[in-house]
Amino acid sequence: MVVEEIKAKESHENGIAFPSDKIMLDLKDLKKVYPTPKGDYVVLEHLNLQILKEEFVTIIGHSGCGKTTMLSMIAGLNPISGGNIAVLGNPIKGPGPDRGVIFQSPSLMPWMTALQNVLLGVNRVFPHATKAQRKEIAKYYLHKVGLDGAFYKKANELSQGMQQRVGIARAFAIKPKVLLLDEPFGMLDSLTRGELQDILIEIWNKEKITAVMITHDVDEAIFLADRVVMMTSGPRAKIGDILNIDFERPRTRKAVLEHDDYYKYRKHLIDFLEH
Amino acid sequence: MKQSVTVSKTQEMKLANAAKVVLSKFKIKTPKFEVKTILKKVIVPLASILLFIGLWHMGAKALFNVEADFKIQKALTDQGQEAADAMAACIASGDISCQPNTLPSPAQVWESFNTLIADHKVISADKLAFKEKTAALNAKRIAEGKEPITYTGRPSFVDQIFTSLKTVFAGFVLAFLIAVPIGVVIGLSETLRNSFNWLIQVFKPVSPVVWLLLVFMIVKTMTKDSNSDSAFIISFISVGLCAMWATLVNTALGVSSVDKDYINVAKVLKLGPLQKVFKVILPSSLPLIFTGLRITLSVAWMVLIAIELLAQSPGLGSFVWEEFQNGANDSNSKIIVAMFIIGIIGFLLDRIMLTIQNMVSFNKNATA
Repeated sequence: MVVEEIKAKESHENGIAFPSDKIMLDLKDLKKVYPTPKGDYVVLEHLNLQILKEEFVTIIGHSGCGKTTMLSMIAGLNPISGGNIAVLGNPIKGPGPDRGVIFQSPSLMPWMTALQNVLLGVNRVFPHATKAQRKEIAKYYLHKVGLDGAFYKKANELSQGMQQRVGIARAFAIKPKVLLLDEPFGMLDSLTRGELQDILIEIWNKEKITAVMITHDVDEAIFLADRVVMMTSGPRAKIGDILNIDFERPRTRKAVLEHDDYYKYRKHLIDFLEH
Repeated sequence: MKQSVTVSKTQEMKLANAAKVVLSKFKIKTPKFEVKTILKKVIVPLASILLFIGLWHMGAKALFNVEADFKIQKALTDQGQEAADAMAACIASGDISCQPNTLPSPAQVWESFNTLIADHKVISADKLAFKEKTAALNAKRIAEGKEPITYTGRPSFVDQIFTSLKTVFAGFVLAFLIAVPIGVVIGLSETLRNSFNWLIQVFKPVSPVVWLLLVFMIVKTMTKDSNSDSAFIISFISVGLCAMWATLVNTALGVSSVDKDYINVAKVLKLGPLQKVFKVILPSSLPLIFTGLRITLSVAWMVLIAIELLAQSPGLGSFVWEEFQNGANDSNSKIIVAMFIIGIIGFLLDRIMLTIQNMVSFNKNATA
């Protein structure tokens, strides 16, 4: 426990050390409290985290530790009880298209086609573009996620994996400053998950949008991230430890798996989780 | 002899083989499977219809006998043996004047159905003749700015059906126009939903008859100066008011229970309120709205008969009531004909709504 607190403090101080012009997302002393009849339930407390521009951060922790709460607070979908969240120095006020979200379930409108689902956001973010241009953008991202033949398919006719591809296209197409991913591949089988990780990282390599992703999967966390943030178990969860992943980008799954440091990183994460 | 048998056998086998080849060429399904489906889809339902008609026939016969015995007994006690014998003979002869009045048999109902159709043909021929006769005169009257002469003869049974359909359709449109917008508004706001809930809960169970009286009070006053068809107005408004509750409740439920994920997507994309309603909330609540509309239509059709009956508005309801009051020999069987027609039309209306519901809803699992 003591060790963990020291580690947490270290990482906290590490964060402070970042130059402010490089910070995209800044969580300061974040707190979340749910009032219950038996008194307040504190989910998160004293949570500090800085995420840099063009950085891919994965967040790992036990179920119910408040990862999703934290992410939905960043998205602006869940009110903040204390502290603050800033994007490029500006405190957030509610949800907005500067923070794209890929939800755990694809959350597509089932009555719309894949293209219409992507356009829903594109139309909103690029109101001054012509109709053809907006369609072009939407089609480009659908093409990027490998859905060339499915533009005009109704969302409910697509498989779970294909739906999540549309979800990825929708999030990237609105060109957010920050991309928030809430266990986006948690509901998929492992083969599909691998495919979608590859697609995600391929688009991300191109767009370099700051990404914060929650995951339960240690391998996924290492493969995708520049830094893996480990959260302590709730209640009063906070950042437990941060692990820098120094693999070169672009990465391939094979190279990552064969890298000497891979098992070192893996052990570090598993030790933390099993602690 | 033996040889010929074997020859014929080989020939048979050849034939059978040829048949097999033909069958496989045309990909005919194995007969075994077909028998089962035919049994399931045709024979058993058909048997159920026959069973129904049989039971009805026997029931009608039993009731007929009870009524006939009573009549003979009454003649015996009132007028003596001679009158009783005469009555028995009269009933047996099938004379209309002394038939017991009870549940008609299927055959009688079928006969009445044919009578009604024949009657309709006569009346429509009559109408056509009238139209031709007055065509020139009416053209003149219209040119002079006068009201044209219209046919005022008795409406046929088929005319009554169309009148009823017109009324129910008008009532349904009214229910739609009132219930869907209000449902959406109260679905969007929890405060409004809670504050209007009492109103819905109190008025929903009110009987059609009471609605009719209420509408009558209002419409009677409002149409005092005009000579419009107030019976039609009263009946369609009452039908609408009785039937709209299912749509109102379902719309409010549909709108208030939109999947939270969709709402979150709308929030993240910061859709405006109108876009949110039309692009996200309404489409996602369409299945429930249509479930409500389907219930509304079937309720509308059901209460229509009672309302027409009371409002003196023409249609199937008044047809049934007039036949009942009429007490003619075939009145009972005409009422039963009307009952079947009402049932079948109600069923068809429901099927139409179900088809539309399946067309608009994104989860294709709405069932009967």
